[in-house]
Amino acid sequence: MAEAQNIPAGSTTAGSIAVAAESTVATRMSAPPSFDVADFPVPHGREEEWRFTPLARLRGLHDGTAVASGEGVKVEVQAPEGVTVETVGRDDERLGKAGKPVDRVAAQAYSSFEKASVVTVAKEAVLTEPIRIAVHGEGGVAFGHQVIELGAFAEAVVVIDHTGDAVLAASVDYVLGDGAKLTVVSVQDWDEKAVHVAQHNALVGRDASFKSVVVTFGGDVVRIHPRVEYAGPGGEAELFGLYFTDAGQHQEHRLLVTHNLPHCKSNVAYKGALQGQDAHAVWIGDVLIQAAAEGTDTYELNRNLVLTDGARVDSVPNLEIETGEIAGAGHASATGRFDDEQLFYLMSRGIPQSEARRLVVRGFFAELVQQIGLPDVQERLLAKIEAELEASV
Amino acid sequence: MATLEIRNLHVSVEAENGPREILKGVDLTIKQGETHAVMGPNGSGKSTLAYSLAGHPKYTVTGGTVTLDGEDVLEMSVDERARAGVFLAMQYPVEVPGVSVSNFLRTSATAIRGEAPKLRTWVKEVKSAMEQLQMDPAFAERNVNEGFSGGEKKRHEILQLELLKPKIAILDETDSGLDVDALRQVSEGVNRVRETGEVGTLLITHYTRILRYIKPDFVHVFSEGRIVESGGAELADKLENEGYEAYSTKGGASA
Ligand SMILES: Nc1ncnc2c1ncn2[C@@H]1O[C@H](COP(=O)(O)OP(=O)(O)O)[C@@H](O)[C@H]1O
Ligand SMILES: [Mg+2]
Repeated sequence: MAEAQNIPAGSTTAGSIAVAAESTVATRMSAPPSFDVADFPVPHGREEEWRFTPLARLRGLHDGTAVASGEGVKVEVQAPEGVTVETVGRDDERLGKAGKPVDRVAAQAYSSFEKASVVTVAKEAVLTEPIRIAVHGEGGVAFGHQVIELGAFAEAVVVIDHTGDAVLAASVDYVLGDGAKLTVVSVQDWDEKAVHVAQHNALVGRDASFKSVVVTFGGDVVRIHPRVEYAGPGGEAELFGLYFTDAGQHQEHRLLVTHNLPHCKSNVAYKGALQGQDAHAVWIGDVLIQAAAEGTDTYELNRNLVLTDGARVDSVPNLEIETGEIAGAGHASATGRFDDEQLFYLMSRGIPQSEARRLVVRGFFAELVQQIGLPDVQERLLAKIEAELEASV
Repeated sequence: MATLEIRNLHVSVEAENGPREILKGVDLTIKQGETHAVMGPNGSGKSTLAYSLAGHPKYTVTGGTVTLDGEDVLEMSVDERARAGVFLAMQYPVEVPGVSVSNFLRTSATAIRGEAPKLRTWVKEVKSAMEQLQMDPAFAERNVNEGFSGGEKKRHEILQLELLKPKIAILDETDSGLDVDALRQVSEGVNRVRETGEVGTLLITHYTRILRYIKPDFVHVFSEGRIVESGGAELADKLENEGYEAYSTKGGASA
């Protein structure tokens, strides 16, 4: 059930909560999915899929005025043995296989890139080291397409780091062969002026497992749209997200899991903390269970912790079920103000306020961070969260 | 010798139709080594007194003074009061998701003692204190108060009392919601701390039951925001027999 909880009565928070469960996945698209930007009208902000996004701050990514500049972003890939890294032209047949763009900016990204990068993990290769992809903004505008493909029964961890300053529209495909296991950590640690809009398409093979960890700290506007579909029965997707939205930042995470085949699982858990005037977090969680998807098991959750006045959250979980033959389906959404009672309890044991806040926020993220399963990434995230808090107190 | 002095304390809370005065002039002096029972009907303001002493932001002191060895307690922040030696075992302890008991205990002991306790002695200290309170060691890995039963919450409060060794311990209805075994174990914990002679105890309770285990030196009857009668342990017996009716101006408020 959608719920809004622990907002203390009479609290002076300006944080607002919008929890809706009525709107449908279909209404979130102004046009049918397409690779061609011309198939999408220029959005004006009232469209369902754009209504939370500050279009004026997209620096022209949505209306065709943003033009790729020479020094857009620099991409460096560090790959262990068993991995092929290629830069290919637009006509490479491996591109665009995991899904079509569903909105104007995603289509713009697909229509505008000149070279794509394709990272392939050979079938049955089990990597012991992560593939590291550094995307560093050099202050320009860039359009990118990236494919990460795992052969059958391959296992890999990919860590993608976004840093620097850029205006970037990207479409990223993850293609998992049968029985493959892929964990992707995408960290948005941009400088404060950066704009990043991306669609992630995952196509999960038979009995394959996909784990996505999306972590957003920096940037002026970050809008990430992870999508999952299944290429065979028995697939599993875990979509985790963590964001820390500061004053003036807009961080939007829109998810869609389409259960198109039987006996697949999905588990979505996103948690965010907000602080400062006009910090705005948006979370749209769509799960669609199609008629064919018998035996589906799915759960999605979004929790937000509002640390100061002036921050705003829009959280919209949405579950659509077209078959009665499912194993389980549920969702939860909650946005709460920082709990003064918790703070009082900790402080009444001598713990200074700043440390008490740190404990509570760390505690809020702890369970989710543990589920990432990559100790060095976990440590880094916790350190980053503490640094964010440090900046506020 | 540590002394907590409460003089003519007036406290209000913000209610729907403006501030509402709950404490209407409380006078009480608690010295190290003494145990004072404060007894009164529900709604008489006992928790308000406890929270006000600990510095809960919901309560506004509108008059009077509170000093600990001459230092102005009301000037101190919540954490400063705790570090000065005031401890409140809460009637309704708060859940803190994601923070383990062991992390919490160590963080607070570090804050109160001014330095991190040596790991080896600390582990032993916690273990033996938990054993004495009949707490399962697995408890330390659970999140603070999350999913605790009533008895577990109160044991956890008294565990902190034993580890933090305050000068003044305020126990707000520590007995409520406990079965006889739990009441005895929790009382024994309080008595271990009292026997050191280092703590002054303010034992807030609605019932006389806990006074069979924890013998007070003084008993104060609390009604409508102030102390209306004080005496020795025998006053508790009178309350046991006669209830609170005699003290209520409205009558029948002993619910
Ligand atoms: N936040 C509040 N707003 C309004 N009234 C309150 C508030 N907190 C406590 N009170 C009132 O103050 C009185 C004393 O409450 P409390 O101190 O909890 O009493 P006790 O602990 O003796 O049962 C009660 O009438 C209670 O309803
Ligand atoms: Mg009470």
